[in-house]
Order: sequence, then structure tokens, then C-alpha cells
Amino acid sequence: MSTLETSTRPALAELPLTENRPTSGWRPRLDFRELWSYRDLAAILAGRTLKLRYKQTAIGIGWVVLQPLIAIAIFSVIFGKLADLPSEGLPYPVFAMAGLAFWLYFASAVREGAECLVVDRDLVTKTYFPRILAPVAATLPALLDLSVVLVIAGVMLAAYEVAPPVEIVLLPAWIVAGVVVALATSLWLSALNVLYRDVRYALPFMIQVWLYASPVVFPSSLFDGLDRWLYSLNPVVGVIDGFRWSLLGAPAPPTADLVCAAVTLVLLVTGVLYFQRVQKHFADQI
Amino acid sequence: MLHAVEVQSVSKRFMLGERTDPYLTIRDSLVRALRRGAQKHERRREVWALRDVDLEIAHGDVVGLVGRNGAGKSTLLKIIARITEPTGGVARMRGRVGALLEVGTGFHPELTGRENIFLNGAVLGMSRRDITRRYDEIVEFSGVERFLETPLKRYSSGMYLRLAFAVAAHLEPEIIVVDEVLAVGDLEFQRKCLGKMSDLRDEGRTVLFVTHDLGAIGQLCPRTVWLDAGRVRADGPTHTVLDAYFESTVARATSVEFEPDPSKPVQLLTLAVTSNDEHAAEVAPRRDEPFALRAQFTNRERYPDLDVSMWLTTSQGVRVLSERLTDREQSGGLDQAGTYEATLSVPPILPAGTYVVGFWLGSTTSTAVYEESLSFEVRPLPGDRQEATDRNRAVIPPVSWQVERLDEPAAASGP
Repeated sequence: MSTLETSTRPALAELPLTENRPTSGWRPRLDFRELWSYRDLAAILAGRTLKLRYKQTAIGIGWVVLQPLIAIAIFSVIFGKLADLPSEGLPYPVFAMAGLAFWLYFASAVREGAECLVVDRDLVTKTYFPRILAPVAATLPALLDLSVVLVIAGVMLAAYEVAPPVEIVLLPAWIVAGVVVALATSLWLSALNVLYRDVRYALPFMIQVWLYASPVVFPSSLFDGLDRWLYSLNPVVGVIDGFRWSLLGAPAPPTADLVCAAVTLVLLVTGVLYFQRVQKHFADQI
Repeated sequence: MLHAVEVQSVSKRFMLGERTDPYLTIRDSLVRALRRGAQKHERRREVWALRDVDLEIAHGDVVGLVGRNGAGKSTLLKIIARITEPTGGVARMRGRVGALLEVGTGFHPELTGRENIFLNGAVLGMSRRDITRRYDEIVEFSGVERFLETPLKRYSSGMYLRLAFAVAAHLEPEIIVVDEVLAVGDLEFQRKCLGKMSDLRDEGRTVLFVTHDLGAIGQLCPRTVWLDAGRVRADGPTHTVLDAYFESTVARATSVEFEPDPSKPVQLLTLAVTSNDEHAAEVAPRRDEPFALRAQFTNRERYPDLDVSMWLTTSQGVRVLSERLTDREQSGGLDQAGTYEATLSVPPILPAGTYVVGFWLGSTTSTAVYEESLSFEVRPLPGDRQEATDRNRAVIPPVSWQVERLDEPAAASGP
């Protein structure tokens, strides 16, 4: 009788063995199989953020449409009309829209990413999950905003009679690149935010400064020569160039934007390493 | 032999300030780094939450974990659940580990009951498919079917707990660590928890279980580990370990002292719960041991008709006894100025639980002292059944049962 019962249970040796021992150093310890097995948690956390965002608001999802529209309108009046900034020969609202499409995603994802661990303090101190999943999940909800802006973009292109170029097929690749830039930034900020709450106070300024340091309201072609190469130290430059190229047929990103790719790669690799190095302190220090 | 859980010389150090001061800023770190350079001998105070803990739990064992606050129980559970990393040593777990360190982790008040089931389930390590598969069972178990589309913030605390527990009860890891979930909820909820715990045991899960409810440990766990100041103080059969654990709680103060104040005509100096046995001072009495309430007070001037009264109230506010000196003695003889000690001996009739001691000094017309600042624990007997502890009775007086059979016993089967 008892043999029957025990035989239905997996043998001890077959059960997965996990270990918890002190870690040190910078050796990366990413376990992609484990990350994959926790994918549902990432999706549910991202879904929660979306559901929570507009709960108890009167126009709810309407904000997703209204926010970019208002931003485009304000930017068009101030920077397009009053400041008369150049726009690669395109109608300024369309030009600003392409920059804002990515910028609004980026700012929202980074804001979400920087706070992801601190907001879910309970999850960090009371449950186990691969911690790196939190900043990964935080890059997802803002993709909804991005897709809404892209719909608005379609309407605007039709209204201004701008035909999208064939390069539009590359847009998904630029979106992926943008997610990677946001993720790399979030990895650093979320980990730093657990250890140093300064991040929380510095973040609004950082995003503000970053906006004006990025070619959102003006074209990156304002810079040339060495300046243009230096300008590409800001990884957002390349993505926005790519968006404008694929959406509006603006000039293709220059060779200088390879610097953006390199910076993003460095930011991502160091971000993963730093995150993994300090994550052992999260539950104790958050 | 392969164990489900193997903890080998695990230690965990906290730097003082890490836990008490979470708002570390970059400036603090810089200042600290500079100081470290300047004065090499500056040492941050460190606290060892765990020190060289060894523990092996066989597959299917249910083990209780006891110890005072700060003994390291929760830290040990967190290391087994991989929530935090040990400073030294290694913990090996065979099988998935589910951690129930809190009821309703990840619950969000703005989300509906249904949304929270998925969120909480995912947080506890269930896949979306697992949750969908067991969703109906969870809902039925929770008994909140009608409120699944209602935001959690509109739930009563009872409904909240039932929903949280329903999700937790449908986890399927091989190893489960549970921290003090019995501390919340009403009796009904706690009973449900206990029932589920014994189900887990019967299903052959490995359970490590922290609680202050020693009756529950006695009932559920054949083996108990006692952590004291980060070390394993005892590990063995529950009865033996709990007995030793009880004995050590002797040191816990069961008395209060009051600052003398000469301006008061009458004053209480000390109030204590003591064992009748003079040698064992200040024992938290076991429910089969008599004990005494002892008060020392001073009468500085002749207070007319001074009388003294003492009473006991349960933690639920039921007054189980209330005695006044003049109930049983003609005169206390307390009228003369002087310092007195009054002792009220209590027979072993109280169920295990927490009691508040009340003290009063006064006359028929005035109250001089009224004090309800001392509470103490009556300990259960090792092996007391939880059901008997929960029966909610005021006293266990020395009664006796007799059972007699009235009809003729049926004839024994033939030779």
C-alpha cells in the first residue's frame, strides 16, 4: 500500500536542487531557464501596473491618448512656432511626434523601472523570484503608450500627407533597441534606488535634463563633426534618429550613432553585473 | 541520505544601521568611505542573526521552529526560501520551495479579488496555468465568490484573509516554510489554517513552521527546533524541546515595580506573579501549577479601612476571578502605617493563555490605587490539543468523568 503511495511521488534525487550560499565578485549569474520559468510573474506584474495606472480616473484609458496629444501640441507651439527650431524639412508637429513617441515611452519605462523594487518592497522581502525580473517587467507597460502614440502617428502622417518610407519595416527593430536602452538604464537605477534613495529625488530632474539633451524637440543634425560623435554618447540619440528615419523618412542615422550602440551595450552589461552584485542586499536593505 | 532541506553552518550578519536606517544616501556612503580611509579602526556594529546553524530536514517531515523575537527564526526561513543570502554556510533545498511569510503578499487594494488571486498566485510561484487550473477550487475555498469583481479595499479583513489563505492553500511546492500566519485572523481562520497544515503533513510535504502558538506545534510537529540568539539551542522531539524552551522563559519578567513617591498616602511598590515554590521565583506558570499574585505596598499614614483586591482578566477581557481581602478575612489589619505584602494563591484551574492582573487598594468610599499593568502567560502542557486550548472556557476546575455501560455487553464471539 505504502509502496504505491511513494511511487507516485517524485524520487528525492529527481527533484531540482537549489542552493543558497554567499556570492561575491562580479561573475554574472544569469539563469535564463529560471527567468523563463518566471515569465508569467513578469507578465502579471506588468499587467498589474497597467490596470492600476488608470483605476479610479474619470476618463481612464483616455489619458493614454491625451498625454501624447497634449505634449505634441505644446512642443509644436513652443519649439516649432515660437522658437522656430529646425525640423529636417518636415512639418514640425510630425517631427516632434516621432521624437516624442520614443521619449514618452522611455521616460515612463525608466520612471517605472527605477521604482520597481522599492514599490514592491513586500515582494522583495517576503518572496523569492529572480530579482532582475522586476526591471524587465517594468519596461513593458509603457509599450502600450508607445503603440497608442504610433496610432496617433499614423493619423498625423495622413493629415500632413507625409508618406512613410519603406524603412518603416525597421521600426520594430528600433523599438527593441529602445526597450534595451530603457532596460539598461532601469537596471542601474532600480538597484541604486534600493541602496540610495537619492535616486528617487534625482530622477525627475534627470529625466528633464535628459529630455533636452536628446534630439526630441530639435534634430540631432544640429551637431556635426566631433560634436556629433560626442553627442551620440547619449544612447537615446540613436533610437530617436532611427524612429525619425523609419517613420518619416528623415536622414538615416549617421555612423556616429554606432557610439550609441556601444554605449547601450556597455550600460546593459555593466547594469546586469551591478544589479547581480548588489541584489543580495535587496531584502535586507530595501 | 538525501534530505529535503540541508542547512550547513549558515550564518547571517546584519550591519547595524542596515536594518534600522534604510534611507542610506549616497552622501552617507561617501562620508563613510572617507572616514574609513581616515580612521582605519572604525568598526560598524554588527549583529549576527544566525550563527553556524546546522539543520537537516527529511522529505515529508513537519518541523516546528520556536524562539524568542530576534532569535533568527524569520531569517532562517528567508535563507531557505532564498529571499536573502547567508553571510556564510550553505542551504540546499531539494524541490520547489514555497514561502508563506505573510498572508496575502502582493495583494493590491485597488485590484479586484480575481485579479489579486492571479497576482498573489504568481508571486507565490504559481504559473498562470496552475492558477487557471485551480481557480475554481480557490474561489470556492475562499467563500468570497460574490465579491470577485470587487476591489480588495472594499473587503472586510476576514474576507481578505480568507481569500489570501485560499490562494496559499493551493500552492504545490514540495517544501513549504510558514512564518506566524496563525498570529492573524479569528479563531475560525486559525482553525482552518491548522487544518490545512495537517493536510500538508498528510500529503507528505516538507514543512518548516514558525509560530508562537506552542499548542499548534505540539499538535502538528513531531520535531521542534529551538533557535536562541541565532544558534540552535535544541533540536529534537517536540515535547522535550518545548519543555526546555518553557523553562528558559523563566527569566522573562513577570513583575512590575513602581517608583516610590512619598507624596502619596498609599502606594503600590511591586506587583508580581510568582510560583508557590519559593525557590523558583517568577516562573510563567504551567496550567497544572498553582501560582500566586503578590503585591507589595506601603501605607504611609493611617488610611481608614484599607482593603486590597486582585483580579485576573483573560486577553479576551473575561474576568475569571476577582477577590477582595475582606471577602475571606475579617480585617486585613492594614490600617497601621507600614509596608505590607499581600499574596493571593491561585489553584491550577486556568486554561493556557494570557492574563492581565488587576490590583486595587482603597476603602469602601475611595480608591487609592488602581493598576492593570501586568500581564503574564499561563503555559499549556506539552501535548495539549489545540482544540482543547481553543475551546474558549474560563476555567478548568478539577472535575472528573465517569462512564458506565448500562446494557449488557454483546456476547463475545464463540471460542
